[in-house]
Amino acid sequence: MNSLIPLLVAAPLAGAALLLLGGRYLDRLGHWLGTLAAALSFVLGVLLFSDMLGRPTGQRAVHQHLFSWIPVNGFRADVSFQLDQLSVTFVLLITGVGTLIHLYSVGYMAHDERRRRFFGYLNLFLAAMLLLVLADNYLLLYVGWEGVGLASYLLIGFWQHKPSAATAAKKAFIVNRVGDMGLSIAIMLMFTEFGSFAFGPVLGGARQASEGKLTAIALLLLLAACGKSAQVPLQSWLGDAMEGPTPVSALIHAATMVTAGVYLITRSGAIFNLAPDAQTAVVVVGTVTLLFGAIVGCAKDDIKKALAGSTMSQIGYMVLAAGLGPIGYAFAIMHLVTHGFFKAGLFLGAGSVMHGMDDEVNMRHYGGLRKYMPITFVTFGLGYLAIIGFPGLSGFFSKDKIIEAAFAKGGTEGWILGLCALVGAAVTAFYMTRVMLLTFFGEKRWQPSARTGEEPHPHESPATMTLPMILLAFGSVFAGGLFALNSSFLHWLEPVTGHSEGDSPLQPLTVTLLTTVCMLAGVGLAYLMYGRSPVPVTAPVGSPLTRAARRDLLQDDFNHAVLVRPGAGLTASLVYLDSKAVDGLVNGLAATIGGISGRLRRIQTGFARSYALSMFGGALLLAATTLLMRSV
Amino acid sequence: MTSTGEAVQFWVLAVVAVGGALGMLLMRKAVHSALCLAATMLALAVCYLAQGAVFLGVVQIVVYTGAIMMLFLFVVMLVGVTSADSLKEQLKGQRIAAALCGLGFGVLLIAGIANARLGHFTGLSEANAEGNVQGLARLLFTKYVWAFEVTGALLITAAIGAMVLTHREHVKAPSTQRELAAQRVRDNIQLPPLPAPGVYARHNAVDIPALLPDGTVAEDSVMGTLRERGQIRDVSQEMLRRMAELESSTADWLGRPPSARPPVTGPRKALETVPTKEPKKAEDET
Amino acid sequence: MNPVNYLYLAALLFTIGASGVLIRRNAIVLFMCVELMLNASNLALVTFSRMHGNLDGQVIAFFTMVVAAAEVVVGLAIIVSIFRTRHSASVDDSNLMKL
Repeated sequence: MNSLIPLLVAAPLAGAALLLLGGRYLDRLGHWLGTLAAALSFVLGVLLFSDMLGRPTGQRAVHQHLFSWIPVNGFRADVSFQLDQLSVTFVLLITGVGTLIHLYSVGYMAHDERRRRFFGYLNLFLAAMLLLVLADNYLLLYVGWEGVGLASYLLIGFWQHKPSAATAAKKAFIVNRVGDMGLSIAIMLMFTEFGSFAFGPVLGGARQASEGKLTAIALLLLLAACGKSAQVPLQSWLGDAMEGPTPVSALIHAATMVTAGVYLITRSGAIFNLAPDAQTAVVVVGTVTLLFGAIVGCAKDDIKKALAGSTMSQIGYMVLAAGLGPIGYAFAIMHLVTHGFFKAGLFLGAGSVMHGMDDEVNMRHYGGLRKYMPITFVTFGLGYLAIIGFPGLSGFFSKDKIIEAAFAKGGTEGWILGLCALVGAAVTAFYMTRVMLLTFFGEKRWQPSARTGEEPHPHESPATMTLPMILLAFGSVFAGGLFALNSSFLHWLEPVTGHSEGDSPLQPLTVTLLTTVCMLAGVGLAYLMYGRSPVPVTAPVGSPLTRAARRDLLQDDFNHAVLVRPGAGLTASLVYLDSKAVDGLVNGLAATIGGISGRLRRIQTGFARSYALSMFGGALLLAATTLLMRSV
Repeated sequence: MTSTGEAVQFWVLAVVAVGGALGMLLMRKAVHSALCLAATMLALAVCYLAQGAVFLGVVQIVVYTGAIMMLFLFVVMLVGVTSADSLKEQLKGQRIAAALCGLGFGVLLIAGIANARLGHFTGLSEANAEGNVQGLARLLFTKYVWAFEVTGALLITAAIGAMVLTHREHVKAPSTQRELAAQRVRDNIQLPPLPAPGVYARHNAVDIPALLPDGTVAEDSVMGTLRERGQIRDVSQEMLRRMAELESSTADWLGRPPSARPPVTGPRKALETVPTKEPKKAEDET
Repeated sequence: MNPVNYLYLAALLFTIGASGVLIRRNAIVLFMCVELMLNASNLALVTFSRMHGNLDGQVIAFFTMVVAAAEVVVGLAIIVSIFRTRHSASVDDSNLMKL
């Protein structure tokens, strides 16, 4: 059974190779081939999952050694996989949601002439992401980590003819490089400290290492997580990444890849647990991002960017939970899975709306769509209820647990974190209600499309698109309840992440009530602002905070002022130094040699006879020397 | 030690050989150099014969003096028999340096030979017991057979190389006689055949131009090569002078008064109405 | 007379030939000088053959002659084709091999 594990990665990888190398012969059925590869991976994942369920808790984690990658004296890099409860959760999420989104893309990308390539990239992403979560050592994880970065780059810039998409792809790639640098340095530190990259020796040996080293490694891992998961301060790329096709936003920038940072922190829990300072940093990053993303989400009129802000915020929740240590790991992953369902569903719904509205993304140009797109409305609505934490739906259970865990951190810290999380929940409810009201309720505010010049004719999307949305809606509704039942998810993950209850100053029921009240307050405020009065088609000027939030809370301005401008100045001075000093030296040397050569060149007269004379003179010298040496 | 006869022969031949070599070195004209070299080679051939290398001696005469030197002469003729080196040396110091180097080299070689411990001269009477040619053949077809075969390949390569080097591709198809005739009519420069050289009175040589009825030179009658080199022997002046003499002696004999004598035709220049044919034409035909 | 004199003669001829290569400008004469040098070495080889009492020297001299013949054929062909294009047989005129 274990030998199936490499096939999980191999199936989409083979699909990607086939699609990208196959050329135009595969244009006609390439998309089904890609979907098939994803579905095959999902079936394999289910098989392995059921196999794992059949084993007792202690024997569930399995290893599969494939081959030795770089066997050098004292340096061993293996390609081997580890399938435990955490990995299999991710495998099911990635392949399940991935397959649905492949299916959705068949319809969504139907009119794109480069659809085969798109599916090739999607398969490449699946392969890299599965490699990331299945790796049993950090080096192989790094391979997957870079692989998803590459796939993300290719897919954000898929419509590369749009300069904005090309720029967004580059931005995502470059910002991710900063995080990747952190991960690579962390891996180097691990090797010097533990002499290995494998999870076993590193996580098992963490107890022997000094706290300073561990804090350094943990902070570097946090940097990596920030880059990949769009956490403050490396959050700026996620909003722009919405330039990619919507299925990409749903799969990569909502459900799976951006959660890789949470996976990394959870997987490295043993290191973080022993580095309290790093953990504090993690919770601070998570909390700041949670509020940051929520505020940005409130101000955006672009439906995908509003959802992107929401994604950032929800991942902030997960990072916050992961930073709490054993109290929160399981809840972070639980929220990750439920978020994967409802956020993917929301993005697919947004894609469906855009599909019907001639690729219009401005929510102020929507309105009253619930009558025209009933299936989209219902599935989007269920996702909406799930994300705001409506009692009984997925988000309610997972978010509630995280807020509870934040309070359970204890002391002043616990109070601050808990209150921030509560505020976040209220703001989440506010901006999601806003999205909902602007899109599906109110009067029509449709504008002639820039492309065709006609009023859009919204219609329901084809079955290949609605089916994934319906299935994801089921997940959004029931996953949370299923996980929370008897704390089954907690017990499932406990062997990997460990668990402790913490000491919450509040009763769980109190927290639940508080959360619900906050949520209702957010919904009510949004209804007052957007539901009762007509929404202007062009955005009002708004308060300074709104204006700042529309500019992503000035993150790009900040980056520009703090990083880009000094960097450009440094570069300019280095260029000056290079062109004046270094080039001067080199050019001077070259000029000297050139001058000498120019004078030496005169020896070359071009007359064969003078060359013959030199040869003859040389022969004379040789003969003379030989005779002289003999006579001596 | 050799016999006295050989000693005498050697000294004579040595003088001839060195003289020939120096002549080759110092003669300005390439033809003279070639002839001097032939003399040297003949002297060397006799040296070979004297030293028991009968076969080589004959080969030297047949191949070197007979074939290679003739080839040289051929090329000299082709390139121009009069082409001589100008006396002015273009490379500064080349001549002095060459002389010095040559002197030094000669001194070194001779000193080397003088210092060498050259052993006893065995002589070839034993090796040549069954005949020089047989001895050489035995070596050539046994010990040196591989080298012999390779030289065969080398010779073939050289022959093909020479052909390739001297062969010139036709850029266009050569003109037929008919086309040439048509061209001549079109150009209307010299429609009838060119006049033959030297066909006047007693002269009959290619370098003497024919004379036109008025006694001037028909330059076209001399071949282009000689015209280019300026090797035309003009005899018209002498002819005119003799005609004048003849006329005056006739008048003397008839006793005509000076006033009744016809005016003596003075030397005239060649007709310039007939332009010389462009030498370009000749190149096109090759 | 000592047969070593033949060697002195060969050395002398060789030197004259070498000097000729350096001094003369006509490519044909230059070739003749090369031929003279080859002949001088042939004489030395024949003399060595006599000295050692075997025929190997003569065989080598024979090969030298063959190679010289081949060399002359190719060399003269080159001279002729150069003369055709450049209308000169002087080695000093072929000096395009410089900057």
